[in-house]
This record gives sequence, structure tokens and C-alpha cells, in this order.
Amino acid sequence: MQVTLKVRRYNPEAEKPKDYWQEYNVEVESAGTVLDALIKVREETDETLALRCSCRSSICGSCAMRINGHAALACKTRVSAVAHQGEPVTVEPVGNLPVIKDLVADFQPFWDKVRAVQPWLQTAGPEPEKEYLASNEAMMHLAGVVNCIMCGACVSDCTVLEVDKNFLGPAALAKAYRFAADPRDAATSQRMGLYNQYGGVWDCTRCFECVQVCPKGVAPMDRIMALRERVMANGLKDTYGARHTEAFTEIIEHSGRLDELRLPLKTYGYTNIPKLIELMPVAIRALAKRKSPPVLHKSIPGVENVKRIFKKVDQLQKGDGKVSTEKAPPKP
Amino acid sequence: MKFAFYPGCVSRGACPELYPSATAVAAKLGLELEELRGASCTGAGVLQESNLFLGDCLNARTFAMAEAMDRPIMTICSTCQGVMGQARQRINADPDYRARVNQVLAEEGLEYKGTVQVKHMLWVMVEDVGLDTLKSLVVRPLSELRVAPFYGCYIVRPRSALEVDEHVGRLTALESVIEALGGTPVEFPGKTRCCGFPILTINEVNAVAMVAKHTEDAKVRGADAMVTPCPLCHLNLDGYQVKAMGQVRQRIELPILHLPQLIGLALGLDPKALGLGRHIISTAPVLEKLSKVAVRA
Repeated sequence: MQVTLKVRRYNPEAEKPKDYWQEYNVEVESAGTVLDALIKVREETDETLALRCSCRSSICGSCAMRINGHAALACKTRVSAVAHQGEPVTVEPVGNLPVIKDLVADFQPFWDKVRAVQPWLQTAGPEPEKEYLASNEAMMHLAGVVNCIMCGACVSDCTVLEVDKNFLGPAALAKAYRFAADPRDAATSQRMGLYNQYGGVWDCTRCFECVQVCPKGVAPMDRIMALRERVMANGLKDTYGARHTEAFTEIIEHSGRLDELRLPLKTYGYTNIPKLIELMPVAIRALAKRKSPPVLHKSIPGVENVKRIFKKVDQLQKGDGKVSTEKAPPKP
Repeated sequence: MKFAFYPGCVSRGACPELYPSATAVAAKLGLELEELRGASCTGAGVLQESNLFLGDCLNARTFAMAEAMDRPIMTICSTCQGVMGQARQRINADPDYRARVNQVLAEEGLEYKGTVQVKHMLWVMVEDVGLDTLKSLVVRPLSELRVAPFYGCYIVRPRSALEVDEHVGRLTALESVIEALGGTPVEFPGKTRCCGFPILTINEVNAVAMVAKHTEDAKVRGADAMVTPCPLCHLNLDGYQVKAMGQVRQRIELPILHLPQLIGLALGLDPKALGLGRHIISTAPVLEKLSKVAVRA
């Protein structure tokens, strides 16, 4: 089939380096991938086109790029799936990382963040004679997260990194979970302190972009949520993030529905004067438009049934520990 | 068309203009709504951070209530839609898991059988009311309006929980509705990105930066207004736009409409009844543009 690739190009050695679009018409086999098409362009039409690739089997993680605006592995994306009614397929380098040339990005910030989460096992006690043993059962929940091939697709489309480069990001935090949740690791409390810091687990917006674009089903966001649960379980509850989650849950248990007036007050703390002063202009603007939630918060009818669910779930989870809250997510 | 109506907390809380505008539009379109009065909050993904199973039990309770009414659920909040969709997917996929959930519901005499449908009002427009019908009911066409569709996250991702591959129209439903109402959709890069609301209390600078980015992007592309199916996006995009303007030192002032407000305007409903006077960013420029178009008899 015939396809038009619209490629985002950038040459740092140009007199005045500036990115621009360039179109290539290329003939590919019906089952051909975007990577096949790009390689064909480089080999037959334009040898100056720079791209990274290696295995062509979605294993090495080299060829992540944005295809029609969303990060994907070029070798795993069939042209026929993205070429809609003869429209050009746009191809850009991954987002949120500096571009070196054309489709090649500088992964240094990516690796720096992966290193920052200490991606290695930290064991305790005397070394065993042979290997460290872990039961099958204790490792099964890591089956998804160890599939990460470090391609950077999740980092590319992360909405937080778009506005804040300080965020550790989905790939590094998924890796953090992989070690924090490993039964052989003994550095839990130190890790939780590390991941609880500014730029860590609480800065994720839960937007699902990383879950959607990950070519390997790692579901980084779900790992970040599991880390939040672990951070709180380790007693680190004095962040706005943890307090927000706790306050939200308490309010639902109490009345069955959200109390938007008390949620921010409980999160910030009723005596947190600077923060409450900061809230005032927003609150006043809302009040002026009669947009304030009811001051007298009403419970839903039959709230006692909600309370009973809270109690029953608590009993079950404390009782046999089998009702895991870290349930493996289905494939996106 | 009968639905078990799940309005969500925010439509009667911090966005009190949403509930009346949605019910007014539903009445106009002949949608018969019976409210799920005893249903709890979905947990919004926040409660799920501390206890996913608990969240699934609360949502299964709502599903069981809708099953007993023998009606699909209609939501007017993308976040509720997304969280319920994810819960439904987890519970439906695994009979053992469902049995554990039902064990919790049994004390109230409820059981979730795995048959519930959950549909946002946006999808109801496209799949149940139908775009042709919607078009035929327009009396005040939005022909002077350029509208930026802001989907946000939970009504487009994760795709499997929202069954968008089975219903391909869902990913372009906002544009379809804008066009059916006579308006012109404005394409902008952030339409399916996060509005920033979930981290508003945690990292306000980042949350507000997202507001600035999306509203500015839509504005420079000629949008007169932005429309969203999510009241939480609305809270941030409208409520924090003044702060966003301060952050980027730009005058943006882009009116943000709830989906039923946009539909209601085109169907000839009174702007005041649709709560258009209750926005932080004035909707007056939108009404002024609309006044240039003759209302059909």
C-alpha cells in the first residue's frame, strides 16, 4: 500500500536549527509497520533521516516515537492501522525529552530518573549460600511490571512532565514499584521516604496516558497508585497527597458522597492559615457566583449501608489478606 | 429511552449549574431519568488509591441498584464514567472477584450480576438520541460559535474500560455533537490531555499550568468557548483560569461550558435556567454571539 509519512525533522547542524515537517510517499507491504516505512525512506529516498531502531520485534525498546500524536513503538504499529483514509501518518520524536536529531531523542534525563529510584534489590541479613529464594506467589504480581523495555513511550506522553520536568515520571516510578514490591527487598522504609518526596508518587495526575500508550502492559500509573498505598501503609501520611486520599475516604465513609467544602480544609488542615488565605480568592469568586457547595452537607439516603461496606471490607482484608487491593490491571 | 440517572457529587456541589441543565436537556430530548438516590460516590479514583477493592464494592452496589431497575446508568461526569467503567471491567472479567464483591454486598441483600451498562450523556447523544434527531431539534444553531472540545482523561482512557473500540464514535463524540448543533469544532493539542484537577490540592502550580496551556492553546486557535463532559475539568478550567492567567501573564478568559449547557442553548433553553450566569469566566461573549442567529420557530 501507498502511504504518506509526515515526519517531524530537526537538524542541529543546520545554520539555523529549527524543526519542520517533511512528507515522504512510500510503498509498503499491507502488513508493513511504520518502522518498515521509515527504514525504506532512509534507505531509498533520504539517507539524512535519523532514527533509532534495532530488534524490530518490540523487545529492544529503541523505536518509540509519536505516531499520529501518541507514543508507540514504530515496529509494533502497522501502517494500515494508522493511515486513515489516505491521510498522512504523522511521525514525531518522543515528547518530554530533548531532541538530538529528527526522531532521535536524548534519553539522559530518562536514565537519570530511573537511577534516582535505586533500581536494584537491597537485601538484608547474611547472604544465602545459593540464590535468594522467592515464592512464585510472591512474585506473580510483578509479572506485568518486569515487562518494561524502557522505551520511554510513557514518559513521552506524561501530562505532568509536560509542565514539570522535576517529576520522576511513569517509567522510573514503575521501576521503583518493581523493587519496592519485590519480596526479597528489605529497604522498604528508606524507599518509601524517597518516593514520597516532591516530584514523586503524589505528583501523578492519574490521567491514564501512560497506561494507554505502554506497548507492554506495564500500566505505570497503576504502579504509582500501588506505591501511594504502600507509602501510606508505611506511616508517611503527612503530605497533601496522603491527607487528600484519607480525607476523601473518611468523607465517603461518613456520608456516602463528597463534601467539597471539607475536603480541601481537611487536606490542608483547619489551622493551616497560609494555605487557607491562599484559597480565599478562589472561594470568594465561587461564592459570588453562588457556586459554593452546601454548607450543611447531607448524607445519601441509606448511608448506613455504605458504612457497613467499609466495615465488611476492612474485616475481610484484615481477616485473610487474600482480598488483594493490588489486583493486576487488565490490558488497556 | 429510560436511564438510571447517576448525577455524581459535583453536579450538585461545586458545579450546581450542571444538574439542572442536564435534567432540563434530558426532559427536552424525552430521556426518562430515574435517579439512583441511594448510590454512593464512585470514589473518583482517589478512594481507590488507598483501597481498590473497597472502591469496587461501592460501585458494584450502584450497579446492583441499576440492575434492579433494569435500566442502563447515565452519568454526566467523565470521572464517574471512567471510575465506574474501570470497576465494571475488573468485576466483569473475573467471576471469582465478582463473588468476593458480592459477598460484601450480600449483607444489604444486593447482588451484582455483571450486566450493567454505564453511559455518559455524551455517548447517549450519539448512540441513543442520535445525531440526526439532535440536529432536527436545534432551534438556536451554534453557527457563530467556534467550540474547543475538551474531553479530559476519564472518558477516553483507558480505552478498554470505556469500550471505545466497540463504539468508535465515542472518541469523536464531542466534535459530532458540536457539529450537530451547528457549531464549528476547534482542533487543539490538549483536547484529550489532563486538566490538572486531580493534583489541585497537591501541586497547584502544575495543575494551574495545565489550565493555562489548554485554554491558551484553544484561544489562539480561535475558540469562542470550550466544552467539557467533566465537571471536575470544569472546576479547574473555569475556577482556576484567573490564577492561570496570572501564572502566564496573559489575558485568556475563555468561557468553559458543560456539555448539557451547550446542547441546551441550541435546543432553545433559557441561558439562565442552564446556569450560564454561575461561571467564574463570564459566558456573556458566547450569548452575544448566539444572539446574532435567528431562533427558529
